[in-house]
Amino acid sequence: MTAIIVDGRSIPAEPGTTVAAALLNAGIWSFRTSVSGEPRGPLCGMGICHECRVTIDGVAHRRGCLEPVADQMVVVTNA
Amino acid sequence: MTHTASPDAIVVGAGIVGAACAAALAGEGMRVLVLEAGIAGGGTTAAGMGHLVVMDDSPAQLALTAWSVRLWREMAPFLPPPAEWDPCGTLWVAEDAAQMAAVHAKAALYRSAGIRSEVLDAAALAAAEPRLRPGLAGALLVPDDAVLYPPGAALHLVRAAREAGGAIEVREGARVDAIEAGAVSSGGERLAAAVIVNAAGAAAPRLTPDLPVVPRKGHLVITDRAPGFCRHQLVELGYLTSAHASTGDSVAFNVQPRRTGQVLIGSSRELAGWDAAVNRGIVRRMLRRAAGFMPGLGALSAIRVWTGFRPATADSLPLIGPWERTPGCWIAAGHEGLGITTAPATARLLADLIAGRTPAIDPAPFAPSRARAA
Repeated sequence: MTAIIVDGRSIPAEPGTTVAAALLNAGIWSFRTSVSGEPRGPLCGMGICHECRVTIDGVAHRRGCLEPVADQMVVVTNA
Repeated sequence: MTHTASPDAIVVGAGIVGAACAAALAGEGMRVLVLEAGIAGGGTTAAGMGHLVVMDDSPAQLALTAWSVRLWREMAPFLPPPAEWDPCGTLWVAEDAAQMAAVHAKAALYRSAGIRSEVLDAAALAAAEPRLRPGLAGALLVPDDAVLYPPGAALHLVRAAREAGGAIEVREGARVDAIEAGAVSSGGERLAAAVIVNAAGAAAPRLTPDLPVVPRKGHLVITDRAPGFCRHQLVELGYLTSAHASTGDSVAFNVQPRRTGQVLIGSSRELAGWDAAVNRGIVRRMLRRAAGFMPGLGALSAIRVWTGFRPATADSLPLIGPWERTPGCWIAAGHEGLGITTAPATARLLADLIAGRTPAIDPAPFAPSRARAA
């Protein structure tokens, strides 16, 4: 088992899964906030809809559903 | 039947200029019918940046833009959220000592015209916009310039005039086929009014032959949200050279923060007829130019690229006033890249001329008859 740091909290993640899967498994559904302030999370799960964007290792707007987890990866939601 | 069944005035075009003119004429007590071929605010108005900017290419341009920015600022407290008013100001960025001399000259000119501005040295510019590349010479800050979302503002102008008791009907999808003395024809229907205003932007010459207006194509790119990436509308001082070269293609560094946190990147100018296709070569030049000033732009994702057609005239001044060849026909067109800025003053000037009053500024430089047919 690896672990990723989400908003300062360590959560376990199965190697080979995506950031989106790891967050959903940890019960995190709100990945980002829309322009009008609504919570948003994964919809298509295949890189098309861009609803699952999070900041990964300091880079904004990464699609959580396309990024495999790496140990100690730093993820920020609702940036 | 609506109250505009027999209008006093017909305005052709519901872009921001047509909307402003309709609102001003309704304010004169006229019943106004606006005929729009597409959707209101959906043409060149929707394609532009929405930068409200004082420009000083000529004394007439300075008079019109300064007056109009003042009118926008008076309206600002009443603009609804969809108009996305942002009083961010403009920074005219100077690359070297020669451009800094131009900054000081511009500051002096603005002072004499009663427009606030402030000269920033290199350190002050870096503090104001940390993402600009190091080594720039400085800038002129024009704090009373602003940014808005033009289609939202255009719709507001019509709505506000109605709320003030004005009689305006806007018909969308109503293409005008011809303008004659005292009437227009639209879809086989003949509609009469004493006053006809051609505010059809780049399409104006289709209805008023020999009107010296040509479409000047531009590209814009908008990025993903990156809140705080920049804080002012940033324009290179060399923009003036780029914008005023009347032939050939040109690009300039012209970047704007949107209220959403997105960054709007311009600008390009091309004479390409009505070909709306994205020209990848000029987009590449435009983005390279922008990244040369703000290297961090390269790390943002562009999510949309589009084109639009500025209604350009040979002397960079709009055509505002009577078209003598067609009695009762008035022109409010040819604003090139300044239609959003100058719509309110254009409308006031036109309403003054139609009502027979002396306008606040000299109308002669804007007379449509000044220019020979192109």
